[in-house]
Amino acid sequence: MSAPTYDLGKLHGGLRLPGHKEKSTTGPIQNVPIPSQLILPITQHVGDPAQPVVGIGEHVLKGQLVAKPEGALGAPVHASSSGTVVAIEPWPVSRRFGEKGPCVVIECDGEDRPLEFEQAAEDYASLPPETLLARILEGGIVGLGGAVFPTAQKLMQARTCEIDYLILNGVECEPYISCDDLLMRERPAAILSGAQVLMHALQIDACYIVVESDKPEALNLLGVALAELDDDRLVLKQVPTIYPSGGEDQLVQLVTNREVPSGGLPSDVGCLVQNVGTAAAIHDWIINREPLISRVTTVTGDGISNPMNVRARIGTTIADVVEFTGGYSERAEHLIIGGPLTGKSVTTDRVPLVKATNSILVVFKSSFQGDELACIRCGDCASVCPIQLLPQQLFWYACADNEDKLRQFGLLDCIECGCCDLVCPSHIPLTADFRIAKGRIRELADEKARAERARHRFEARNERLEREREDRDAELARQKESAKKAGPAEIAEILKRKQQQSEDD
Amino acid sequence: MEFARRESPYWSARVAVPSLMLQVLAALAPAALAHVWFFGPGFIFNLLVASLFAVAGEAMMVHLRKRPLEVALTDYSALVTAALLAFALPSLTPWWVTATGALFAVVVAKHLYGGLGFNIFNPAMAGYVVILVAFPMHLNLWIAPRIGDIDYQYLTVLQTLKFTLTGSLPEALGFDAVSRATPLDVMKTGLSNARTVSEIRANPIMGDFGGRGWEWIGNFLAIGGFWLLIKKIIRWHIPAAVGAGLLIPATIMYLVEPGTNPSPGFHMFGGAAILCAFFIATDPVSAATSPKGRLIFGFGVGLLIYCIRTWGSYADGVAFAVIIMNVAVPAIDYVTRPHIVGHPRRGDSS
Repeated sequence: MSAPTYDLGKLHGGLRLPGHKEKSTTGPIQNVPIPSQLILPITQHVGDPAQPVVGIGEHVLKGQLVAKPEGALGAPVHASSSGTVVAIEPWPVSRRFGEKGPCVVIECDGEDRPLEFEQAAEDYASLPPETLLARILEGGIVGLGGAVFPTAQKLMQARTCEIDYLILNGVECEPYISCDDLLMRERPAAILSGAQVLMHALQIDACYIVVESDKPEALNLLGVALAELDDDRLVLKQVPTIYPSGGEDQLVQLVTNREVPSGGLPSDVGCLVQNVGTAAAIHDWIINREPLISRVTTVTGDGISNPMNVRARIGTTIADVVEFTGGYSERAEHLIIGGPLTGKSVTTDRVPLVKATNSILVVFKSSFQGDELACIRCGDCASVCPIQLLPQQLFWYACADNEDKLRQFGLLDCIECGCCDLVCPSHIPLTADFRIAKGRIRELADEKARAERARHRFEARNERLEREREDRDAELARQKESAKKAGPAEIAEILKRKQQQSEDD
Repeated sequence: MEFARRESPYWSARVAVPSLMLQVLAALAPAALAHVWFFGPGFIFNLLVASLFAVAGEAMMVHLRKRPLEVALTDYSALVTAALLAFALPSLTPWWVTATGALFAVVVAKHLYGGLGFNIFNPAMAGYVVILVAFPMHLNLWIAPRIGDIDYQYLTVLQTLKFTLTGSLPEALGFDAVSRATPLDVMKTGLSNARTVSEIRANPIMGDFGGRGWEWIGNFLAIGGFWLLIKKIIRWHIPAAVGAGLLIPATIMYLVEPGTNPSPGFHMFGGAAILCAFFIATDPVSAATSPKGRLIFGFGVGLLIYCIRTWGSYADGVAFAVIIMNVAVPAIDYVTRPHIVGHPRRGDSS
């Protein structure tokens, strides 16, 4: 097997957190059966919403396109099982913004009849990268680490830059989540194959597969698979277990010691990061011709009777998934889609599992912190901030609503990892406050843009009125001038014309 | 099933301000016992008076500012202020002197500036400076340590209590009979009378490094301080920098002219330097906030202590050094902002 390497760049701050991953990693990934109903949000990605291409009452096959992307940034959505479209309506979803989104609701027939995709006639390696990218787009592949950025567009953007490394993110640094860990244990060959496809699409030949040190089994099995594959473009890297080293920019910094510029992308420093789950999904689509219609997700937390990892069809409701695992325990009080630090708290389990759902976390209230006290400027937050911000100063300026200072102290660089919250002895909800302050800054920028547009309109109007007045004055002057020059014959002519006009009226 | 919503992160902090403050108090306990052992029960009375008035002042201000009373009183920050003030006062201090300091510390230095977290000045030191200005003679009533100096009549517990409550000594005793100059006073007076350091150090109140008894309190304070360091309640930057700011000039001057400059050990153990390094300058609210800023802040405090002791008119300079550096904190914080990841580095052409 290939041994993982350790040479690493510097990452400021971060936290060593208890993993809470043991409970969900005892057994293999279980397959959730076909639910009676699938709820497919048409927007499961960052970017423009997709448009439904099926009608109510239409029968669809597993893998059939139900919504296709419109606009520059988007990804298609496919039916995750066969059945009949019964509704296209707003449904509660677990997106970051907004509570409800348009969904295609499919009543499953239980037969799971697949749409036959034409087998890839030729080897992907013989395809030109552009064709391969177009094919990746068709598969509905988005970043499965949670950000759900359409993969094809990410690769296209990266093609315009000089890329040195593909980095496969198997860090999974957030506590409780273990879906990537299990995937790396069970399907290391698929992940590596996906990496090869990605390297071909990018036309590069260096790929780091990065795994945190708390996953010895995944590291070991990836190492074995790497040795079998015998492709020396792929290198396995082990990184220490520090949250949030799995953040995209943090991982680039850790692995290559390059800082992603503020407001920039990893591609600005020659890197492209993809989650290991995305790599496996690319393998499934390009090699096995299965679009992205299911994913592995971790079902865990105090509020879950039997924590485990499951593979569920996209569109299965959280309620169905939890029921399959054995239901809630009596300690189920908060439902969080995603991890305990960056996830989103939702109010109902009727929301569907989507491409972004890497974890279903159900927790108990008492595990939360106490009352908010005054900031004592202890600076612990600054010492753990991976961006080296000064949260205590940002908090101060956020309270004062001082936009200039907030920008100057890098509020917009905050990745909302939550480290500062965790160490704050005064229990100040810093991340939530920063999120609000960011929203406020965006609002102010919008307001400013609106005011600017209004000013432009006003100035344009004034200018127009001025021009019209000038034109009128010039016309009058011209008439006056011509009247002065006019002889008696012309005056008689004009008077006659006037008289004619008044008689006509 | 329906669930309650909340904001991320969904994870509990493992530390809380009240427990930090309690641990600071615990770290002061061994030194407090040593204080009582060497300088009698006066420390306990001072601590009680200071705590009573600090907590009462806090309760009054929180009430006037219409803030939740319970939250403010259970953060124990007023007790830390009271304890630090008690350490700064001589064991014989009338109650109104202590009360003035404690009330000024909490009411003016803390709450009038916006309460915990917003005070510019270290409250305990602000209170001490007010006492220094308003009741300078009361800060001279240090008694002899219970070690050496057989020629000294110690006050009983009741006599000490009576002094704390009324400010009067037993009839047979005058102030001169009771009070003893502190090691720093002795050194300062001696040097100004053109005596050499070794002559001055022949005085029976002088110990191995600083003063007898004093240096033991210093040891216990250092133990408490290191415990806070290990528990990560304070960070190493300020204590180390205070030490460096004080000891570097002290060592240079001592090496150049040992006859007229006391040793670095004397500077460290002679006065309140250790208390300052671990417990006073480390008050996070009134100190600089970034690691680099804290090094500058601490070094400034240490250097100013040395300057005030050596060239100023006061024997010790901790309170003034801390207050002066408190004023410099906004400027220090501004120039020591850390490099934000992804931003161009200072001096970068790009």
